[in-house]
Amino acid sequence: MADPKDMTAKDALGLDAQAQMLKKERRANNVWNKLKRNKTAMIGLVIVVVMVFIAVFAPFLAPYDPNEIHPLDSFIKPFSEGHLFGTDQFGRDLLSRIIYGARISLIVAVGGTLVGGVIGVLLGLIAGYMGGIVDSIIMRIMDGFLAFPFVLLSIILMTVLGEGLINVIIAIGIGNIPSFARVVRGEVHIVKNEEYCNACRVIGVSNVRLLFTHILPNAISPIIVYATLNVASAIISEAALSFLGLGIPAPTASWGSILREGKSSLMTAPFVATISGAFILITVLGFNLFGDGVRDVLDPKMKQ
Amino acid sequence: MSDDKKVILKIEHLTKEFEIKSKKLGEKPQILHALNDVSVDVYEGETLGVIGESGCGKSTFGRTLIQLHKATAGTVTFEGKNLFSLKGQELKQVKKDIQMVFQDPYSSLDPRKTAGKLIEEPLIVHKLVPDKAAREARVLELMREVGLDIQHVHRFPHEFSGGQRQRINVARALAMNPKVIVCDEPVSALDVSIQAQVLNLFNRLQKEHNLTYIFISHDLGVIKHVSDRIAILYLGRIVELCDADAIYENPMHPYTKALLSAIPPVSPFEKKERIVLKGDIPSPIGDQIGCPLAGRCPNCMEKCKKETPQLKDTGDGHQVACFQYE
Repeated sequence: MADPKDMTAKDALGLDAQAQMLKKERRANNVWNKLKRNKTAMIGLVIVVVMVFIAVFAPFLAPYDPNEIHPLDSFIKPFSEGHLFGTDQFGRDLLSRIIYGARISLIVAVGGTLVGGVIGVLLGLIAGYMGGIVDSIIMRIMDGFLAFPFVLLSIILMTVLGEGLINVIIAIGIGNIPSFARVVRGEVHIVKNEEYCNACRVIGVSNVRLLFTHILPNAISPIIVYATLNVASAIISEAALSFLGLGIPAPTASWGSILREGKSSLMTAPFVATISGAFILITVLGFNLFGDGVRDVLDPKMKQ
Repeated sequence: MSDDKKVILKIEHLTKEFEIKSKKLGEKPQILHALNDVSVDVYEGETLGVIGESGCGKSTFGRTLIQLHKATAGTVTFEGKNLFSLKGQELKQVKKDIQMVFQDPYSSLDPRKTAGKLIEEPLIVHKLVPDKAAREARVLELMREVGLDIQHVHRFPHEFSGGQRQRINVARALAMNPKVIVCDEPVSALDVSIQAQVLNLFNRLQKEHNLTYIFISHDLGVIKHVSDRIAILYLGRIVELCDADAIYENPMHPYTKALLSAIPPVSPFEKKERIVLKGDIPSPIGDQIGCPLAGRCPNCMEKCKKETPQLKDTGDGHQVACFQYE
């Protein structure tokens, strides 16, 4: 190409657009291609996408109203005509309940992870960056939260907050804060002493700007990975809460609540608990596989 | 250099001590004396070379100047203001004028920012060019100025070579139109062929922007190439300070003599006396008594072991810290 000194700014903007395209392409190639090559991650992704699809299009997919009661048709066996997964003790179509349950379970899992993630990341950033007494105070509080078993903590919170979708999300979210804070704090501790952070300080970059435009982006990979894996455990948490009767109020279907209702008829109609349990299992597996794959792709030290 | 030299940076009694945490409970923390009472005037438009062996406090000197380390004692006066007492907006203003180029071009650039974004950052932070289009034009102008291909504006640091990265560092420092640039071994991580290119870039920019450099290095050849004056640092103290030519022709301090004798002679037939100092550099940890070189100096006197020699002018601005010349 011509001597760059002879080029005008106008020329440069043309190149600019080119370079922008190249950059976008290269970026997409990087992460996406690597992810595509990772078979287990793709299996996980497919499972996740299917589950999200089911949840989003529940009204179109479900053959019946999930809450419609037909007392005479209770405990129809799976694979019978009209009821692929059979019916539960009230004669509600299990397939429809599973499909609608995907909605609640995924919303709670993703929502809980988001709530816990955002607050946990903020606390972790502050603790890791400030260090000293602030770090000690925040992390000791987090340790206090971690000292409670997760389910016990959620039970306490649900008892205080009462039933309801939002409250389940809040309870699971709060339970997730400490572990997010720990992950982020550890990363920030590593990143904040990197030379490029010193370089930013020399330039005069403010602490807040440094924290959000340099430290957070460089610490984001483990956070994303942790969040993906955390969605899986949040699904289980929701199931556990619903199983204990502290989750979503009665007629609304979630995988956990179907599982609990199936428990009472475990001897007579084992398929109710089995099918809902299987969906939890598959979805958790999907998120786990996907999370593992994302970690492999984002971690430069784990090259294939 | 002309006689009407203007002092731009006045460094007085700069001292930096690091506390080493005690391993045992209740033990008194030990003190590492990284910089001891360093005083030097830096003149506008000159290059002050700072040279010394590993661990003598070269980098600490640079980092304390730009306040990455907090000085234990001493003052640095820039344009009549004491740097260490400034706060908030005033400090930000001064930071704009004193920039740094880091030693390691690999770790001193944020790996997740493109070259353009990295160079743009100081412009945003100091609100130098508020208009976005104008700012992008300025970034390209800076890239051209340091000899970077403007096509590479959207590349990430890992896609550049070491020399190119160091050019990004220089462009980023230049973006703020600084008056002083502290160069902390800017070429030591580069290949020799690239070193020359980057050094020439430094020289050119100095002429064009009337920059003042504080150039830290352990490479005698590099320092000779760039410096107007040279300060020899040994164990956190300046032992000799004079014009660059004078130090190669007429070294006074025993340490300087030994250091310069380590440069290989140009011709293999030329006989050169090699002065070898016995022993190692003493530990900077704990109390420092006497001349730092006392244990290794061939001309050591009784006085050297008890008192610390001060930097004194022997004429022509040639300063040396040694009792031999008193």
